[in-house]
Amino acid sequence: MSTDNNIQSPASLPTKEGRSGATLFDKIWDAHVVSSKEGFPDVLYIDTHFIHEVTSPQAFDGLRQRGLPVYRPKQTVATADHNVPTWDQHLPIKEELSRYQVDMLTKNCAEFGIELYGLGHEYQGIVHVIGPELGITRPGCTYVCGDSHTSTHGAFGAIAFGIGTSQVEQVLATQCLLQQRPKRMKIEVNGQLQKGVGAKDIILYIISQISAAGGTGYFVEYAGDTIRSLSMEGRMTICNMSIEMGARGGLIAPDETTFEYVKGREFAPKGEEWDKALAYWKTLYSDEDAQFDSVLSFNAEDIEPMITYGTNPGMGIGVTQHVPATESFEQKEQGSYAKALTYMGLHDDESLLGKPIDYVFIGSCTNSRIEDLRQVADFIKGKHKADNVTVWVVPGSKQVQKQAIEEGLDKIFEAAGFPLREPGCSACLGMNEDKIPAGKYCVSTSNRNFEGRQGPNSRTFLASPLTAAAAAITGRVTDIRELLQEEELVG
Amino acid sequence: MATKIFKHLQTPVVPLPIENIDTDQIIPARFLKATTREGFGNNLFRDWRFDNENQPKQDFVLNNPTYAGKILVAGKNFGCGSSREHAAWAIADYGFDVVVSSFFADIFKGNALNNGLLPIQVSDDFLKKIFDAVYTDPNTQVEVDLENQLIKIANTGEQESFEINPYKKACLLNGYDDIDYILSNREQVEEYEGHKPL
Repeated sequence: MSTDNNIQSPASLPTKEGRSGATLFDKIWDAHVVSSKEGFPDVLYIDTHFIHEVTSPQAFDGLRQRGLPVYRPKQTVATADHNVPTWDQHLPIKEELSRYQVDMLTKNCAEFGIELYGLGHEYQGIVHVIGPELGITRPGCTYVCGDSHTSTHGAFGAIAFGIGTSQVEQVLATQCLLQQRPKRMKIEVNGQLQKGVGAKDIILYIISQISAAGGTGYFVEYAGDTIRSLSMEGRMTICNMSIEMGARGGLIAPDETTFEYVKGREFAPKGEEWDKALAYWKTLYSDEDAQFDSVLSFNAEDIEPMITYGTNPGMGIGVTQHVPATESFEQKEQGSYAKALTYMGLHDDESLLGKPIDYVFIGSCTNSRIEDLRQVADFIKGKHKADNVTVWVVPGSKQVQKQAIEEGLDKIFEAAGFPLREPGCSACLGMNEDKIPAGKYCVSTSNRNFEGRQGPNSRTFLASPLTAAAAAITGRVTDIRELLQEEELVG
Repeated sequence: MATKIFKHLQTPVVPLPIENIDTDQIIPARFLKATTREGFGNNLFRDWRFDNENQPKQDFVLNNPTYAGKILVAGKNFGCGSSREHAAWAIADYGFDVVVSSFFADIFKGNALNNGLLPIQVSDDFLKKIFDAVYTDPNTQVEVDLENQLIKIANTGEQESFEINPYKKACLLNGYDDIDYILSNREQVEEYEGHKPL
């Protein structure tokens, strides 16, 4: 890894007037500043506000207390995803508090005039899956949501980030957000990926190199030919996990891949509107002389299939590597590190390869899109899960679920012992009943391995959909490259 | 709408020298089903504080009567992970007015400030000094002076200045609220909407 910490002096920071060398981030930010005053954060205009059942009820209560309406209800999109069951969604939600929370969203949306893609709606799904697939997410726009993985939408060359509930109330009331301009980081990845290595491995690798706090204070632009070669869904996986290195968001300059993806989707611009939008989107890139506060670069060839071993997403290794030794850390970090290994039931220098696992979760806003499901189905076709493993496949949305069924993927999953469930955030955060039991190991395609994230005392190994599928088949942590190679030899 | 005012505080502190404390530890997702802002303090650090039978774990600092106070002092990268504001609500509801760390995650910092909970970022050295002082004498008092942006270990007299955005400082000192400020910009918002790029 090469690091070029090119810190700018305040005088050279881009300003609205007459600057050259603007970053993509600054171009979009500047186009959304409503007012800018010395000593104050900028008032930033938000094009679309996504809301869901968990982080919005207190914001609606705030509006009622203030006697305010939602300022721009047509720029607000709601869905129920965090706290919904992923089985028998047509039945009333059994758990009372969850049912009340989902009902509250329905009531609030009706009262304030907001479109809701709730349970049973053909567009329902994880908020960061439905925005892109419906053509709501587009280049050059600003998106916020009371969810840290809002960074996902940056894959389209947009500014998108997570906010707290007070800010949800702020955006509902004003369609604006008071926000200080963050620093900008560029992360380049160049070169050819190995077979069996994908977008999830790239981002887990980057986070393992710069730590779970390495991007704090920054907005990240991902660039380089490896990033450029990814599909939109792969790019979403990358931007999704920007928050896991502490960065507020990540974005990728839009290109033909982006335009091709957006074109024709339900809410994408059409006809003349499309032509106008396209012309604007083509201006959205960082100028060649753009100044970043920090620039990092990585080689794709160095990236193995990745897996995490600890309790934050920065604690990741290539699947053939060993868990680091406690003494390799600075003394003041050793206590926290040892605590993480104890929680995970692992020890210094342990190899994860061959370690028996109990659960496999394929889903979440990181990896629940149709390409993820296709990739898993393609690999498991004709195989069956190991007896010691329970597998959950949770599609990101009703649209993904429908597409999977149309393509017959559900049959492949079923035959392999991977039941295809219904859309929601599910075992990524264990808010509904999809929880990993205490002490059990789960290879998960989600984004966080925090203590108890997937259920009290659950143990999470984050990995790509292919690595998760391989673990489901063998019942152990497995190097997907070996299985793919065996298949090639046989095939 | 007025929010909580913060100016000055001097109290003992609660030490939690763990790094990368994420918001899932501060308040696990299964406690996010409430639709009001109250009561989250009962489940603050739930799985560190209580065992599977809901009995207090004696080795966790919040269950140790030796340590009390309105200032929580934690290891670096405090509040990383999920954007849930419930984490800030839980800390404030439990009774803390200040969190001190050598590094905060961005979203948590913003959420805390929006709830009158002051996040103070200190140097690694100063953080260690606070931990050393409190482990030497659990009654160690720490003083926070927002107007002058100073944090001081009362017993030893050691102090450090801290950074805070001047706007956010004014909000805390006066109980101002972001929404009132943006609403006062309504004309500019409407004008912007008239000429926005797309």
